[in-house]
Amino acid sequence: MATQAAAVQVVQPWEQRRASANFWSDAWWRLRHDPTTMIAIGVIVLLVVLALSADLLAEHFFHWSFTKQNLAQAYRKPALEDPAFWMGADNLGRSQIVRLLYGARVSLFVGFFGMFVTMTIGVVMGLTSGYFRGKWDDFVVWLVSTLTSIPLLYLFLIIGLLFRLDAFVLPLFLGVFGWFGICNLARGQTFALRERDYVTAARTIGASDRRIIFQHIFPNVIPLLIVIAMIDVGGIILTESALSFLGFGIQPPQPSWGNMLSDAPQFYFRGAHLIYFPGILISLTVLCCYLIGDGLRDALDPRLRGATHVRVK
Amino acid sequence: MTRFIARRLLQAIPTLFGIMIITFILLRVSPADPVKLMVAGDQEITEEDKNRLREGLGLNKPLPLQFVDFTWQAIRLDFGNSFYYHRPARDMIFERIPNSVQPVLLGLLVGVGVGVPLGFVAAVSRGRRTDHGIRVGTVVLQSTPDFFLGLLMVLFLAIQLKWIPIGSMNVVGEDCTMCWDRAWHLLGPVLLYANGGLAFYPRLIRTEVLEVLSQDFVRTARAKGLRERIVMFTHVLRNALIPVVTNFGGILTIVFAGSVIVERVFNWPGLGRLFFDGLVNKDYPIVQAGIIMSSFLLLISFVMRDITYALVDPRIKVR
Repeated sequence: MATQAAAVQVVQPWEQRRASANFWSDAWWRLRHDPTTMIAIGVIVLLVVLALSADLLAEHFFHWSFTKQNLAQAYRKPALEDPAFWMGADNLGRSQIVRLLYGARVSLFVGFFGMFVTMTIGVVMGLTSGYFRGKWDDFVVWLVSTLTSIPLLYLFLIIGLLFRLDAFVLPLFLGVFGWFGICNLARGQTFALRERDYVTAARTIGASDRRIIFQHIFPNVIPLLIVIAMIDVGGIILTESALSFLGFGIQPPQPSWGNMLSDAPQFYFRGAHLIYFPGILISLTVLCCYLIGDGLRDALDPRLRGATHVRVK
Repeated sequence: MTRFIARRLLQAIPTLFGIMIITFILLRVSPADPVKLMVAGDQEITEEDKNRLREGLGLNKPLPLQFVDFTWQAIRLDFGNSFYYHRPARDMIFERIPNSVQPVLLGLLVGVGVGVPLGFVAAVSRGRRTDHGIRVGTVVLQSTPDFFLGLLMVLFLAIQLKWIPIGSMNVVGEDCTMCWDRAWHLLGPVLLYANGGLAFYPRLIRTEVLEVLSQDFVRTARAKGLRERIVMFTHVLRNALIPVVTNFGGILTIVFAGSVIVERVFNWPGLGRLFFDGLVNKDYPIVQAGIIMSSFLLLISFVMRDITYALVDPRIKVR
């Protein structure tokens, strides 16, 4: 017994770490020891939980639905006595905190779903064009250079004029026109990876193109993609809020953090709290996404430092 | 060099074609009907009138022919009359370009002028408190939406401190482009545009300077006994500045997109504002002209960026 206890004490921190040294557990170890990233993850998880329980909270805690108006309470300043008015009331006397909760649903859903769409399109285009090259690559490069030359906000505003965008359609459009940054990265990686010896080896023993792409190239792109994913979520949330702010994104009465600010000029003198809270929430969420992206980059592959200055906008 | 420029200009043609196709698909082939947009809300319009309107606009022709018309119009920059102002959309846009360019260029200048030194300082004091401060600051700036920053500027700088006006371009009655009144009105938009460069350049320059610092020629310069200041400015900084030029395109896109927001927040009558009003008024020709011409401008700036890049960096071979 005594000898065993002594042996446990002798184990050094780096040896504990060595004990589980495969790629993912190593990354997880580094991530756990990075307080900034863990806090950022905590904030995002908290926001997701709050957004998911928005209905329950609105009904049983705040006793105020997101459409309920009370003009007598219009522009009410934040006050602690009534939970529904912790963050004050807007110009129609609606509870701001409840509306922000529902807005979190929109922003987070649009961010993550939009990321999923951009990722899917970008990865497929990037991997195939980088792997097959030739005509298909020329086509993809042409598409990418075209999309980069169109001011995307203008494009999205036109889409907002032509179609009625809800929280489901908007991220689809954001994805369809926003995949080129990811495509470029995936394409560049594939270019480098397909020349590696192990890929040539796989080809000589008769592996099909599909097998090489999915078994040999894709897994090596995944760490980079995970890093980009969180930065992408932040960028998409920013775009969504800008569109909604301009009145061409998520339409009222559905609250989103962006469209809650679209009447901001009316609030300058009477209700500055109606500007601070939604704006700070957007910034905080996006900041956390970027921080998680940075933290994941350091955790997954310290060599990637500086390789990810992507701002999808 | 001439060959390089000619080549780069030729490469722009397919992109131009792509821009035309995407805008065409969006504006003509999408389920949204321009005629319906034109007459939205008008009860007295009959089906017959609509058909006549369609014919007048050439919307009855087969799609490939429509595309040819569309492209030809875009090449001549003839987008028809604004539905709302009954004036050629092209003229209205040309009138607004100088208004937009003035704050954009100044903002870019401020962004680069402040962002580059900040990045340099961060790299030199790597790992110390200054470095962390600058990095945190840029990440926070990057995650703040432009419109929220603009609203905060109006709230604090304009309403609380009265340092800048709340909006518009001149005091009523004044109408000048190079005067103190305009400069005062420019402050807000310029600062907001500068934010794009401020959030972007410090990070970029920091990485770049650190990269250059680890190169052999820096070690050689130091080994020769050159003074640290000379090493830093003539060897390191000059090489680290190259990506400032190469990333001009990216920053221009951000600035371009930003113009809609900046001009809305500060009520600035520029291109972005015209485009936005066109959207609100469902003014189809203005919207069409706005997106096509801004894409053209962006494309031209990309070509100019590449040419400047080749001029600045001798390593770029004329291919």
